[in-house]
Amino acid sequence: MSTKRKIRIVVAKPGLDSHDRGAKVIARAFRDAGMEVIYTGLWQTPEQIVETALQEDVDVVALSILSGAHMTLFPKITKLMKQKGLNDILVLGGGVIPDEDIPALKKIGIAEVFGPDTPTNTIIKFIKENTQKTK
Amino acid sequence: MVTKSLEAEKQVFDEHKLSEIQKKQKHWKEKTVPEWISRHPERKNSFHTSSSTHIKRLYTPEDIKNIDYTRDLGFPGEPPFTRGLHATMYRGRLWTMRQFSGYGTAQQTNKRFKYLLKEGETGLSIAFDYPTILGLDSDHPLSVGEVGKCGVAVSSLQDIETLFNGIPLDKVTTSMTINGPATMLLAMYIAIGDMQGVPREQLGGTTQNDNLKEFHAQKLCIFPPEPSVKLVTDIVEYCAKHLPKWNPISISGYHIREAGSNAVQELAFTLADGITYVESALERGLKVDQFAPRLSFFFAAHNNFLEEIAKFRAARRLWAKIMKERFKATKPRSLWMRMHIQTSGCTLTATQPINNVIRVAFQSLAAVLGGTQSLHTNSFDEALALPSEEAVRVALRTQQIIAHETGVTDTIDPLAGSYCLETLTNKMEEHAMEYIDKIDSMGGVISGIEKGFFQKEIADSAYKYQKEIENKERTLIGVNEYAVEKDWVPIKLLRIKQQAEKEQVDGLQKLKKKRNNKKANDVLNKLHKAAEHDENLMPTIIEAVKAYATIGEICDVLRNVYGQYKEQIII
Repeated sequence: MSTKRKIRIVVAKPGLDSHDRGAKVIARAFRDAGMEVIYTGLWQTPEQIVETALQEDVDVVALSILSGAHMTLFPKITKLMKQKGLNDILVLGGGVIPDEDIPALKKIGIAEVFGPDTPTNTIIKFIKENTQKTK
Repeated sequence: MVTKSLEAEKQVFDEHKLSEIQKKQKHWKEKTVPEWISRHPERKNSFHTSSSTHIKRLYTPEDIKNIDYTRDLGFPGEPPFTRGLHATMYRGRLWTMRQFSGYGTAQQTNKRFKYLLKEGETGLSIAFDYPTILGLDSDHPLSVGEVGKCGVAVSSLQDIETLFNGIPLDKVTTSMTINGPATMLLAMYIAIGDMQGVPREQLGGTTQNDNLKEFHAQKLCIFPPEPSVKLVTDIVEYCAKHLPKWNPISISGYHIREAGSNAVQELAFTLADGITYVESALERGLKVDQFAPRLSFFFAAHNNFLEEIAKFRAARRLWAKIMKERFKATKPRSLWMRMHIQTSGCTLTATQPINNVIRVAFQSLAAVLGGTQSLHTNSFDEALALPSEEAVRVALRTQQIIAHETGVTDTIDPLAGSYCLETLTNKMEEHAMEYIDKIDSMGGVISGIEKGFFQKEIADSAYKYQKEIENKERTLIGVNEYAVEKDWVPIKLLRIKQQAEKEQVDGLQKLKKKRNNKKANDVLNKLHKAAEHDENLMPTIIEAVKAYATIGEICDVLRNVYGQYKEQIII
């Protein structure tokens, strides 16, 4: 009955890492794919990211880290999201993340991790399939 | 008539011979090529460099007939330095093999430095972690999880003492990739030199100290643009007067390229930044020949082999012209563009990482054929983690193989005179100059930053590059072609243990207890006044680091006076 809502997504750069090439390219690709994109900019604390996700009523949180701080920052973000009751949001990770860290990240609620070389279409497809599932 | 004969004299090729070549070329183009193409079509409709410069099927003397050899190419060690900065180039001294490194604590990095020196590295290059680069101490709440991750953690002179333990500063030169807090790190290096008894005029090395490219690309900014340029100029002025062997600044295109620009943008934006620093130092009252000889540059060596070589040659020629014509420099050394080159991290793939060894080899060969003074070769595991010791060794060996096995170092600028390369060199210069004119007409670099010009240009190029890969207009081996099911990673990746952060924070907190806190506070107050009065801050910052004031404390004082950078978000 209601018109289909556009997928809303926040692309966030947690921590001090300033490598934003990937985050910006992905934000643009999401936008071109018809999603509503909120790009946070650099140096976001876990609290700020979760607050943005809450305020903007997003379906997806896409986190990009290339500094190696993902094992510290990702768990803080997913924990805060749970505390705020944001259980339906799909959380994705991207950046320079070694394969061996991925199982632990999935356990704490990161739905998928996309490393370097991932085509933007692969991520878009994943988002479309998995947001439909949760809605 | 007279003009014509003068023109003819300038030309490298004989006019009669040229018209014969033109005739034959016409035949080739109209007969030989179409016949061949009708049976064997070309791979693409058109060919381009990374900067969208059209690449012709064939280059002939016709393409470079207007080159005036003495004006445009000249001789190595003489203006315009197209063929190289030094008279004998690598027949005399090879480039400096300088591997950018740093991770964990100062103690761990000290060990890596000693390993690299033992393996034949000839200069040090320090990578600092994010908190250090952003002027935050290791115990700052925002530093949690980041300490020692992307480089070595340095909060105070105590860490630099450990970092250079057993490394005599009169025997090595050190490059420091540091921008916002460059004054502080240079002050610490001077302090260590003083402790080791090395006279300041003997200290050799480089502070990157290029804050402008941070606004365009790397975004590791602490202060707004104007005070950032003021701090850069403080170092330029201090070095001109006290550290004759120090390169106060490494004007960097590398980060601009890594953030997504093409080769022309990389060159043009870097030179525009260079122009801004020269203007700032002139406004400070320095004479151009007093500081220009120590300005140094830093570029990326990306995948397009010929375009990259053309870029390095064009860069030298263009900078020599700018210094001579725009700034009226008179010393030959003021026209020098000394460059450090690093192979391109963003070209490395996470899939089939061993292929990166080959990419790095071609990129570094381009750097050498382009006449670099210093080179960092990336490690093949860098799309996966910080480089492991084994991967760093392969990277260093790549340079050594080029230096000692390939023979390209035995003669100077061996590709000069290539119809193609000289044409690409001319085009590179021409297109970069068009950008520089555009930046001038928008009121210079700072005005361009405020308008978001650089960020937008770079983001557009980055997106275009990614789309080209996804549309297969650009082939990336192992990624969009020749992918494999299972990857082979022949090494164990380096992991930074969480322990490093704990050790670093403990050490810092102990220092804050044991130092003379009154002395540290007094110098910080003095610094506040000096900053308010717009003095050159180097002398006071040297005093502050010697009193073990931390980088975080010093930056807090300056944040108070100058305000803080606010990111301009452009996607």
